[in-house]
Amino acid sequence: MAFTNEQLERYSRHIILKEVGAKGQKKLSQAKVLIIGAGGLGAPAALYLAAAGVGTIGIVDADEVDLSNLQRQVIHTTPDIGKPKVQSAKETMEAINPDVTVNTYHTFVTSENVLDLIKDYDFILDGTDNFPAKFLINDACVMAKKPFSHAGIIRFKGQLMTYVPGQGPCYRCVFKNPPPKDAVPTCKQAGVIGAMGGVIGSLQAMEAVKYIVGAGDLLTGYLLTFDALKMEWHKVKLPPDTSKCAVCGEHPTITELVDYEQAECDMKK
Amino acid sequence: MKITVAGKIKEYDDGITVAKLVELENVETPEYVTVTVNDEFVESHDFANTTIKDGDTVEFLYFMGGGQA
Repeated sequence: MAFTNEQLERYSRHIILKEVGAKGQKKLSQAKVLIIGAGGLGAPAALYLAAAGVGTIGIVDADEVDLSNLQRQVIHTTPDIGKPKVQSAKETMEAINPDVTVNTYHTFVTSENVLDLIKDYDFILDGTDNFPAKFLINDACVMAKKPFSHAGIIRFKGQLMTYVPGQGPCYRCVFKNPPPKDAVPTCKQAGVIGAMGGVIGSLQAMEAVKYIVGAGDLLTGYLLTFDALKMEWHKVKLPPDTSKCAVCGEHPTITELVDYEQAECDMKK
Repeated sequence: MKITVAGKIKEYDDGITVAKLVELENVETPEYVTVTVNDEFVESHDFANTTIKDGDTVEFLYFMGGGQA
């Protein structure tokens, strides 16, 4: 596939980068990225991946756009209220870049559908808001040998890490099991500063793009945390020994996907 | 002794345990924090019997769940 003149202009700031170039831009156009959650994290990630010319972007979300989303979920606009988030996200992405094919999945991720959802994609972004989904996505990506970006945001803090099969720890290596429901606050309970989704979700898009074009070092083996009140970043080296992990270790005890119980307050909306 | 906690050098008494450090550092939801000492995990049931030594590097890793709804 050769680029049209319009595409050469659209992607000129990428193509001029030695780490991307025409070759990397072509890889982006052939890449397939799945974003799970079209919310605080998924919204900015989807905008940047669409703008970057990622050829196929899948987006999974069961919710409709709510007024309380618009403080941070910048892919949706006021007239989108009531619309499925996946539909609203698709319309915005296609408006940004008609080169992109957007596949929508208006559903929650479950142990029944997650392997099927991720199977055709090269890289997965976890933009979900709850631990059952985060562990499910981790375990499914480990089992299906898919690279993915984990991220979480709360109040004025954010974190992310990248899992690439065979290249370092998975989310479960670090966090073992989901906390009991309501033991650890969610954004809805504790609040989150809107721009935090932009900071961390954009970094997830950054990791996806770097993975696709093969540039630089990924956040494999590290957890990057950001504290906006102190304006401090901290890159924590994770223990490299994954052999004892219950899912990605040498003798996994988790060999089937689990639907953990969801915090009730998050199920309502 | 001097130890590095979450990237910052701090002064603590010799012989402090992980459990005591978790308390003194005001770790939120201490039951659910993941701790590493010198890039190795310390299991939560070992917090009370794991002593931190001069020059050690300690990290606290927290659950962060938000992002979507």
